[in-house]
Amino acid sequence: MEFPYNQAIALAEAPRLPLARFRQDVLTRVAAGWRVLALFALPGDDIPEPVCLLGRDRDGRLAFLRAEPTLAYVSLTPECPQCHLFERELYEQWGVVPEGHPWLKPVRFTGTPGRPDLPRPGPGVTDYFQVRGEDVHEVAVGPVHAGIIEPGHFRFQCFGEEVLHLEISLGFQHRGIEAALVGGPDRRTVHFMETAAGDTTIGHSLAHAAVLETLAGVAAPARGRAIGRVALELERLANHTGDLGALAGDVGYQPTMAFCGRIRGDFLNLTALLCGNRFGRGLVRPGGTAFDLDEAVLRLLDTRLEATRRAAFGAAELLFSSSSALARFEGTGRLTSEAARDIGLVGPPARACGLPRDARHSFPLSGAGAKDIPMQIHDFGGVYARTLVRRLEMEASLDFIDATLADLPPGPVNRALPATFPPDTLAVGLVEGWRGEICHVAATGPDGRFAAYKIVDPSFHNWFGLALALRGQQISDFPMCNKSFNLSYCGHDL
Amino acid sequence: MDALAHLLAALLLAPLLPGIINRVKARLSGRVGRPLFQTYFDLARLVQKGVVESETSSWMLPLGPVVSLATAAIALTLLPGPAGPSPAAFTGDFILAAYCLGLGRLALILAALDSGSSFEGMGASREAAFSALAEPVLFLCLLALAADAPDISLSGMLGRGLTGSLAPERLFVPVILFILLLTENCRIPVDDPNTHLELTMIHEVMVLDHSGPDMAAIVYGSSLKLWFFAAATVLSVLPVRAMPPVAGWAVFLAGLAVVAIAVGLVESSMARLRLIRVPRLLGAAGTLAALSLVLTVWR
Repeated sequence: MEFPYNQAIALAEAPRLPLARFRQDVLTRVAAGWRVLALFALPGDDIPEPVCLLGRDRDGRLAFLRAEPTLAYVSLTPECPQCHLFERELYEQWGVVPEGHPWLKPVRFTGTPGRPDLPRPGPGVTDYFQVRGEDVHEVAVGPVHAGIIEPGHFRFQCFGEEVLHLEISLGFQHRGIEAALVGGPDRRTVHFMETAAGDTTIGHSLAHAAVLETLAGVAAPARGRAIGRVALELERLANHTGDLGALAGDVGYQPTMAFCGRIRGDFLNLTALLCGNRFGRGLVRPGGTAFDLDEAVLRLLDTRLEATRRAAFGAAELLFSSSSALARFEGTGRLTSEAARDIGLVGPPARACGLPRDARHSFPLSGAGAKDIPMQIHDFGGVYARTLVRRLEMEASLDFIDATLADLPPGPVNRALPATFPPDTLAVGLVEGWRGEICHVAATGPDGRFAAYKIVDPSFHNWFGLALALRGQQISDFPMCNKSFNLSYCGHDL
Repeated sequence: MDALAHLLAALLLAPLLPGIINRVKARLSGRVGRPLFQTYFDLARLVQKGVVESETSSWMLPLGPVVSLATAAIALTLLPGPAGPSPAAFTGDFILAAYCLGLGRLALILAALDSGSSFEGMGASREAAFSALAEPVLFLCLLALAADAPDISLSGMLGRGLTGSLAPERLFVPVILFILLLTENCRIPVDDPNTHLELTMIHEVMVLDHSGPDMAAIVYGSSLKLWFFAAATVLSVLPVRAMPPVAGWAVFLAGLAVVAIAVGLVESSMARLRLIRVPRLLGAAGTLAALSLVLTVWR
C-alpha cells in the first residue's frame, strides 16, 4: 500500500500478499523508479513476514509491501540487485531463505537467532570470491588496520597492481542494537540511536525523532526542528571537512590535510556550543531538542561560523587548485549512474553519479521549510566528483545555517510526546545524514511498544558501491576510493 | 683525518636530514613538528628494543637491514668530502657506489619477500620496478659528470661545481640528482614516507616486519642514503673543493640543509603521483640526463 512518508499507517491496512504477488509488486515498482529503502521481516505470530519498504523520490511517496509468513521465497536479487545485502540480512536474522540468491553469505556473522540448528560462523569465516590464474594474487586487509579506524575485512583479487575484484566482509562491530530496541521506546532508546553510528549522532537521532513524532501524530515545534536541522548541517560540515582533509592526506597533499584536521574540530566545537557535546549527543530528542539557543550563543555562533567558513573555503580551494592532487582524483574510482541506480546507492556518492537522491528534498522533515538547501549533483561518478559534491554541499550547508540562524522561529523547542503509542502501527523516519539517507522504520505491536525497529544506515547501501568502484583500479588507489565514500562500519553492523 | 672527516660527518649528522625535512613540513602545515633530533631518539629507542621475527621467515629477514646499512656506508665512503677526495677513491668507483646501493635494495627486497606477507611482496615489486628505472638515469647522469672530469671517479667528478658559466647543460645534473633523491629515498611525489596506508606504500611497506635493532639499521641506513644523494646533489653544483676547507665545509653543510628544506617544500606543496605515473617522472629525468650527456660530450 502507498502512503505519504510523514504519515503512520495501521498494519491491519497492509494486506499479507501471497509470495508471488509480493515479489512481482517489488519488481514492478523498482522498474517504475521506486527505490528499496528497507527489506526486513516483521516477527509475525510464529513465522516471520518479509516486508519491503519502497520510496519514490519524485513525490515523497512510500510503499509498504507485506508478504505472508514464510521461511523461504524466490530471491529478488537476480532481478533487483539493490536487495542483495537486505536478503542476506533477512536470511541471517530471520532464517528466511531467499531461494536462488547468488551470494548467500553471512552479513554480520551473528548466526541465526531463530534457528539454533544452523551453526554460527566465526567472524569473517566464509568463502570469498576468488580469481585463479598465473600472476593473479590475493591481498587481504584487516580487520586489524594500521590506522585508528574501525575493523573491516577487505579481500582484493589482483592482477599485478590492478584490482579485478574486491569483496568486503564486515560484522565485527555488531552490537545487536535492533534487537535491543524491541519492546521500546524506553530510556535507553535514544542513546542507542545516538551511538548507532557515532559520527552521525544527529542524523540518527533526528530519524528516530521523526519516527516517534509520526507514530504519535505530533509535530515538533518549528524552533526545535530548526535547531535540529542546523545541528544536522553542522554534522555534515564537520564530516565533509574531515573527508576533504583525509582525501588530501591519502594522496600525500599536506596543506589541505593539515588545515581540514583543525577546521573539522572547529565545526565540532560549534556543535558543542549548541548542546555541550562535540558530536551532538543529548541535543535532539523526540519532539524537538533538549536545548534552546539564547541571543549570546547565537551571536557567538555567527562570528565563529564566519571565521570557520573562511578557513574551510580556503582549505578546499587549496585542494582544488593543486593540479597534482586533482590528477589523482580525476578518472579514479568511477561508478556509472546505471550501476549506482541498480545497487541503490544513496548520499553524496549517488549524487556524484548524477542521481538526484537527497532525502532533504524527497522527504523533508516536518516543520522544515521544504527545499531550501540546493541539491549538489555531478555526473562524473569518480573520486573527483565525490570530492566536489562534498565541497559544494559544504557551501550550501553554510548558507542554510546562516539563513536559519538569522531567522530562527520563536516559541518552544520541545513538545512532549504521549506516553503510549498507537498499537499495530508502522512509521518511517527519513533523514539525509552526511553520508546519505538514513531510514528508520518502527512497527508497534498490540501493546504500542516496538515489535520491530529497523535501522538502515546509508553505509548499508553504499559498501557494495565501493567494491564496484574499485574494479579495474590500481590497488594503491583503494585508500583514496575508500575515503571518497567514507562509510561507517558500526552503522552497517549495528 | 681530513680524508675521513666527511665520512664521520655523514655518519653523525645524517639523521638530522629527515629531522629538517619533517620540521619544514610541519611548519608549513601550521604545526610545531617533532624535534629536530627525533631520528636520533628513534634510533636510541629502537636499538634498546628486542626483535620479533615471524616463525616462517628465514635468515634472509635479519640479513636485509644489515646489508642495506653496510652498503649505504660503503657508498658514502666513496663519496668525496667538501675538503678533499674520498680516501678510497679509484677509477670507476661510481659503479661500485651505485651497485652498493643496488645491493642494499636487493637485500631489503629479498627480506621483504622472505616475510611472505602480501603487502611486502607488493612493496618489493614496486621498489624493484622503480629502482630498475632509476638506475639508468643515475648512470646517464654520472656519465655526464664524468665526460669532462679529470679523473673518472666520484672524487674526480664531484665538488668542482658547474664548470664555467657556459655550461648550461650541466644545470640539468643537480635537477636529475634531486629527482633521484626523491625516488630513491621514497619521498613525495614517488612515495609517501608518512602514510599508514599499506596498500599505497613502496619502501615503508617492505620494512613492516622488521623491529628493534633491525629497524634501527633500516632507519639509519636510509638516513645515510639520503645524505649520499643530498651530498651528491650539492657537490654537483657548488665548487666547494676550490674553496678554503672551512668555507668549503660551511657551504657544503648549508647546501645539504637547503636540499633538505627543498625536499620539505616539495612534500608540502604537491600530492603523490599515481603509482603508474612514476615511470614517466623517471623517464623525463632520464631524457634530461641523456640530453645533458650528449651536450657535454658534443662540446
